[in-house]
Amino acid sequence: MSASGIRPGRRGRSVVTGIGVVAPTGIGAARHWESVLAGKSGIGRITRFDPTGYPVRVAGEVPGFRAGEQVPGRLVPQTDRFTHFALAAAEDALTDAAADPATLPEYEMAVVTASSSGGTEFGQHEMENLYQQGSSWVGAYQSIAWFYAATTGQVSIRHGMRGPCGVICGEQAGGLDALGQSRRLLDTGSRLVLSGGTDASLCPYGVVAQLSTGHLSAEDDPARAYLPFDAAASGFVPGEGGAILVVENAESARARGVPSYGELLGYAAGFDPTTDGTAARHTVLVSVIRRTLADAGLTPDAVDMVFADASGVPAEDLAEARAITEVFGPGGVPVTAPKTLTGRLYAGGAALDVATALLALSAGVIPHTAGLGRPAPGCEIDLVLDRPRQTDPRTALVLARGHGGFTSALLVGAGDRDALKR
Amino acid sequence: MAEFTLDDLRRILRAGAGVDEQTDLDGEHFADTAFADLGYDSLALLELVNRVEREYGIGIPDGDLAHTQSPREVLAYVHAKLREARV
Repeated sequence: MSASGIRPGRRGRSVVTGIGVVAPTGIGAARHWESVLAGKSGIGRITRFDPTGYPVRVAGEVPGFRAGEQVPGRLVPQTDRFTHFALAAAEDALTDAAADPATLPEYEMAVVTASSSGGTEFGQHEMENLYQQGSSWVGAYQSIAWFYAATTGQVSIRHGMRGPCGVICGEQAGGLDALGQSRRLLDTGSRLVLSGGTDASLCPYGVVAQLSTGHLSAEDDPARAYLPFDAAASGFVPGEGGAILVVENAESARARGVPSYGELLGYAAGFDPTTDGTAARHTVLVSVIRRTLADAGLTPDAVDMVFADASGVPAEDLAEARAITEVFGPGGVPVTAPKTLTGRLYAGGAALDVATALLALSAGVIPHTAGLGRPAPGCEIDLVLDRPRQTDPRTALVLARGHGGFTSALLVGAGDRDALKR
Repeated sequence: MAEFTLDDLRRILRAGAGVDEQTDLDGEHFADTAFADLGYDSLALLELVNRVEREYGIGIPDGDLAHTQSPREVLAYVHAKLREARV
């Protein structure tokens, strides 16, 4: 079946039936959600290497992830940490969805992940071997551990999912684009897609690469380093981890007798070609939001909460706030950014936001944005602060902007699954 | 002079390509079990070759071990190379 053609006529409905999370807020969707409700931050001083002397010393690290316990033994030395995360999360998601790939037609299952840093830590190690000892010291697995599609490949092989697989690189926006692509695949012959993304680049090489954007906060206090939409915003904090989701067409989920966390109602993507990024980011984001709503066949008043991209860079925060205000009116929709608890997770960021949004829909609450103080001037958005709001939201709009201009949005609607109970 | 035993081979496989939970490298049939059945593909063999070359100071031309089926065959090949190196 073609992955590029869209069948004419009405599009089928795509639902999320399983969620796996590996994040600074915890391993497992339940632990992550508990942290979100409690406003418990996973940001702290970097421990994966000694950050003394680096301009950035804080990050969101995944606590207590032991690859040897979470990943098949053979794959531990053959893949990078970002793939370890995804393998663990994918298995969790499949279990959560009660989906056994061995019982489903192999060419009707696909894998589409987002990737941003790729196998950075693995690659750094092999480059060290190359420079310090010579080319014959570069390991054979460098060939498949570093590249963006490593996770998609390994997940696909491990679970025998031989449908149209791929990887999307849109930095922080990629996770939404991967879910958009999942919808297309479910419309053109796939019945189940493993999607989402993870990132792990908290190593010297990875952090130095990220420094080049100039957007990382140099603030040393973990509680002050990542304050999007705040008067004291100074950039963002990087994090590792992400989420993998099981996406199926609604009939397939119904036939399997499993409930869903929610439905992918609408999706759109755009691109800001300017180098400055601030003025154009606003207009491109407005356009992307409107097209997402149009794709869902809904109007702005149908949106119950917005999960902001929350760049933390003041000019980008303002552009995002203006875009939201233009579509929804000043204070017209609750806006939140639980990612202050994790940092920005690049390839894992948007996927984790969607997971959090779906968990929030199942729990009937809007999670709050922890740690903020004074709102930045000009940001006329209704930020959910201090504690979650029990308003039983039915829809969530997730926004994501990737470095370089990627701008995407995804609207999800509530499903029929209660919180984390089955 | 360097010796190359089945235990060395196990050690290098473990370090270079890892081992799955359901695979027992210490089982009595290890020497004659096909690499594919042990979970090792061509990349694993390539990694094995690189590590053996470095550790034992021998050269293994590309392709010589590409079609090796079992640990015993690798053992025989490396022993032959080590004997050549001594002469």
